[in-house]
Amino acid sequence: MVKKRKAFTGAQCTAEAMRQINPDVVAAYPITPQTNIMHAFSQFVADGDVDTEFITVESEHSAMSACVGSSAAGARTMTATSANGLALMWEIVYIAASTRLPIVMNIVNRALSGPINIHCDHSDSMGCRDSGWIQIYSENGEEAYENTIMAMRIAEHTDVLLPVMVCQDGFITSHCVETVELLDDETVKNFIGEYVGHYPLLDVDKPVTYGPLDLFDYYFEHKRQQVDAMQNSVKVIREVFDEFGKITGKHYDFFEGYRLEDAEKVIVCANSSAGTIRVVIDELREQGQKVGLLKMRVFRPWLNDMVVEKLRGVKAVAVLDRSDSFGAFGGPLFSEIRSSFHEETEKPNIIDYIYGLGGRELDIAQIKKVFAELEEVKTNVGERVRYLGVRE
Amino acid sequence: MSGKLKNWKEIPIGGKILEAGNSKEYKTGDWRTFRPLHNPEKCTNCMICWMICPDSAIKVGGVDCPAKGQKGVSDKPNLGNFGGFDLDYCKGCGVCAEECPFKAIEMKEEKEFKD
Repeated sequence: MVKKRKAFTGAQCTAEAMRQINPDVVAAYPITPQTNIMHAFSQFVADGDVDTEFITVESEHSAMSACVGSSAAGARTMTATSANGLALMWEIVYIAASTRLPIVMNIVNRALSGPINIHCDHSDSMGCRDSGWIQIYSENGEEAYENTIMAMRIAEHTDVLLPVMVCQDGFITSHCVETVELLDDETVKNFIGEYVGHYPLLDVDKPVTYGPLDLFDYYFEHKRQQVDAMQNSVKVIREVFDEFGKITGKHYDFFEGYRLEDAEKVIVCANSSAGTIRVVIDELREQGQKVGLLKMRVFRPWLNDMVVEKLRGVKAVAVLDRSDSFGAFGGPLFSEIRSSFHEETEKPNIIDYIYGLGGRELDIAQIKKVFAELEEVKTNVGERVRYLGVRE
Repeated sequence: MSGKLKNWKEIPIGGKILEAGNSKEYKTGDWRTFRPLHNPEKCTNCMICWMICPDSAIKVGGVDCPAKGQKGVSDKPNLGNFGGFDLDYCKGCGVCAEECPFKAIEMKEEKEFKD
């Protein structure tokens, strides 16, 4: 196995993963809000670097519809979108999951309009957290690359057969160039293996029906099966993480801690903010502060027990939510973290910060402010849901 | 649906139906609220009901109506004769009753029947 170092944007990393996966079909809407992922991937198609049937459709709704059709036909299928594009797919996003089609879709996390905004926040993917897709989040381009490759294996596992979203931060990750380490084509090809469809439509010797009417007599049972598949995916995700980790020499987990040992004040976050927070943690640790980070990689399925285990002994936790859930008590990540601790007798004081909406920058000063406020939260929780970086 | 319903572990995932040609197992008549009743006294076996039924629920092969006293009356089944309603598929739309030139079909509410 040969690793190659490249200076790539997150979008290029993802397109590179797609090139190495060489999916049978990619369907995408080629106009905004499409991302540089498809820009780069369509070049691979034009240059003959992949065997992919690339279907350019007239909308994102059609893009996901074409993916559903091709995946049902038995083709390994991928796509990518962002923000309002994902919103337009909505109806078919649910159908992909409930029809149990192992599509892998890269999401470049960007704000939903309006007012019109194209910059990073997580309201697009968080909005469809109940759609039945597995959701994996990526801190940087290299993680987006790795998560995309692993996602293919997870989605297609016969105990799972669910679609997977691989998310990365819009612009911050998707457009910024970083040095990344990528695997060679052969290693990726061997890792993902051949795809054999589950009762594919194109198997004309075994004709089957997809998407029939499913009313009060069986719909509920099919939903129950989706719950089961999500639960099964926990074991599969862990196995795929471990197997891929042996290739890359890294450790992947649902939640990944940084300097959590003896930590009293911890920030929980997803995606690119983790990098900035690590810098602050190193600086504060130098000053003797017991601070740490818990980075979420997998949001669906959600692992209650692991969250509790990782944050055991912590006194104050600040959850950073890059999307709001209007009318709810805090953002989606906060709700999950707080709920995970419900049965625990020993639990940290947990607060939420909504931050970075519409691409508002999260800088080092803001993170220091969070850790400073957590000092007070250790003994007095105060305001549970706070806003970071908004002008009051 | 007739018969015992299966649990979530017993059915294919994703709503897939793995056997071809299964639509005949689905009885579409179970949502009927009106049932057609045939009056052999008025029926002339013109078979307009058979032609216009949207669900092909008019059966053929009945015997000629003996009460009519017509020539050539037979008690043998005849494919050209009205042979009853297929209540597995009749949705009770009433088109047959509406179109029958001899008022030989009457629609009655399902609740008036015991079966």
